[in-house]
Amino acid sequence: MINIFSKFSSQLFVGLGWTILSSVIALFFSLIIGTIFAIMEVVPSKVMRVIGHAYVEIMRNIPLLVITMFFYLVIPMYVVKINGFTAGTIGLTLYTSAFIAETIRSGIQSVSGGQMEGARSTGMTYWQAMRYIILPQAFKIVIPPLGNQFVNLVKNSSVLAFVAGFDLMYQANSIASTTFDTINSYLVVGVLYLIVTLPISYYMRHLEKKLG
Amino acid sequence: MQNWVNAFSWLNVRFLLMGLWVTIYISVISVILSFIIGSILGIIRYSKIKYVSAIVGFVIDIIRNIPLLLIIFFTYFGLPNFGLRPETIPAAIIAMTVFESCMIAEIVRSGIQSVSIGQMEGARSTGMSFVQALWHVVLPQAYKNMIPTIISQFVSLIKDTSLATIIVVPEMMQHAQVIYGQNANYILPMFAALAVLYFAVCFTLSIVGSMIGKHLS
Amino acid sequence: MKKKFWLFPLLACILMLTGCGKSLSDQSVLNNAKQANTIVWGVKGDVKLFGLIDVKDGQQKGFDVDMAKHITKHILGPQGKAEFVTTTSQSRIPLLKNGNVDAVIATMSITPERKKIISFSKSYFDAGQSLLVPKDSSIKSTKDLNGKTVIGVVGANSVENIKKVAPRAKVIELQDYAQAMNALKSHQGDALTTDNGILFGLAVQNPGYEVRGGTFTVEPYGVAVNKGQTSFTEAVDKAVLEMQHDGEYNRLIKKWFGDVPGFKYKELYRR
Repeated sequence: MINIFSKFSSQLFVGLGWTILSSVIALFFSLIIGTIFAIMEVVPSKVMRVIGHAYVEIMRNIPLLVITMFFYLVIPMYVVKINGFTAGTIGLTLYTSAFIAETIRSGIQSVSGGQMEGARSTGMTYWQAMRYIILPQAFKIVIPPLGNQFVNLVKNSSVLAFVAGFDLMYQANSIASTTFDTINSYLVVGVLYLIVTLPISYYMRHLEKKLG
Repeated sequence: MQNWVNAFSWLNVRFLLMGLWVTIYISVISVILSFIIGSILGIIRYSKIKYVSAIVGFVIDIIRNIPLLLIIFFTYFGLPNFGLRPETIPAAIIAMTVFESCMIAEIVRSGIQSVSIGQMEGARSTGMSFVQALWHVVLPQAYKNMIPTIISQFVSLIKDTSLATIIVVPEMMQHAQVIYGQNANYILPMFAALAVLYFAVCFTLSIVGSMIGKHLS
Repeated sequence: MKKKFWLFPLLACILMLTGCGKSLSDQSVLNNAKQANTIVWGVKGDVKLFGLIDVKDGQQKGFDVDMAKHITKHILGPQGKAEFVTTTSQSRIPLLKNGNVDAVIATMSITPERKKIISFSKSYFDAGQSLLVPKDSSIKSTKDLNGKTVIGVVGANSVENIKKVAPRAKVIELQDYAQAMNALKSHQGDALTTDNGILFGLAVQNPGYEVRGGTFTVEPYGVAVNKGQTSFTEAVDKAVLEMQHDGEYNRLIKKWFGDVPGFKYKELYRR
């Protein structure tokens, strides 16, 4: 294990870098997209609600691997070239955005009851009330679990290995097949994944205990 | 258009459905096993048995925080070091069960904790033992609240079986790859079919889950 | 296969009880195979002409698979059974080392690096690495690859070779040849590199693509077994030699490569 780590440390850290970069980008964009679709799911317009709902259900019920491979193999064949890292990150973003949308939607619904009417009665428009009253409270509920979403993203980013996204898992495959030391290669990257994910997980649990 | 007709020839459709069957087979067995094992692990973790709960908790945390792909590799390439040489389908079942049991265990632990705070003391004060209080009072309520979360975890399990394609498990993703491997013109029809079939299976389970959730509350 | 996995829980228990403690290197694969009257082969499932899963019955079909069947008959007699496990370039060596399969016959080149950890029979097929490109590509040979993206497959030694031949080419590795071919079609790379036999198989399936630049390495394919299993490699060598003498070998070459446009299959004939 130590041998593999010291011999391939630069390759492994490059992989870790791509993994974290992909996860951070995906977290950022899935938060934006997730918020948009969460709002669409609760607005009065029925068409918007249907679209919002359809998006969330589709992204939640199709495997991440299918979404990612679709962007890597199918979209470039018919529309525009997307490289492996980008395809993987797009896949991660769309997939995660559905889960974030669900969390934000339930956040909105848990606060909105009387607050919306209250805000409207002071003369605010629907969107003003949403922007200044409802969403800030919804985010308060949503922000803490974002750490867990990030952990999921780091783990899920291993699908980048299927599309040559240069992430940690891709490097592990490459190292395993040049050294023929399969188990140790994967143990090393397992430890590297844990170094990123475990502290966040523990911190999130600590936070949940403190808040709840 | 001709591509779509050819892509969905009877042979290809049958091959894809054979893959769907393996996907469902792996999912059903893993769901049952991980529900049982996950519940036991979750209760152990909640119970604060000296050393045991801490060790179980640590192992669960490790497994929950590494990618499922790694667990699949460890199962298929690592277990033989311990004298167990599973074929691809059993390897996939073991990997899914190990991973999902830990996910379920965490759901069960926090589920029990959220109801137990007042309930446990109340039940204990009527003279019940810890185990009696857990079994008769806490667990039934905890599971009632947990069902939707557990079901959505099982939806994830079904989706995650697609990752097993990496060790050539003959499941739906793998079979679709074989079909578009013979002719690249089939790639769009195959991804459409994958999306529709996975959606159909997962969405059905989601609906059942929310129905159970509504029924219970 | 299908029937078997119903028995999985039972099987798992039995394996757990019986499998422990056996050291693979102490056992003769050849003797075990003779006792079971079965050889378990690791073959490819994603490579046309060598080992490709047929959607009709889910079985692997190709030159490697037929070779395995014939070698099995030569070693075990006409009643001998050949069982097949689908492997990828990535999984074939771990599966062999772990004992999931007795031997691997999966477009596997004999290389010095691999020889350090596993043993090979003598070459049963002589391939060479080449390039597959779109017909309108400007790439004529490996000299034109610098600065271009080349697609390979995880675990194939062709990836290492191309890094040596064209150090300034960008190499991306995909999971299997189906993904690699589709990635080439999706313009994820400018060329796909691996052994010519595999590339000709892909060119047959994909009009608009052709094998270019001749071969730039020599890739002798061997049957791989675990280190120390010399009785098995000797038996394989003897079987292949017998097949060459009675013309079986050439018939298989003609069966699989006779109709491949641009492939000089007669050069592969052995006597």
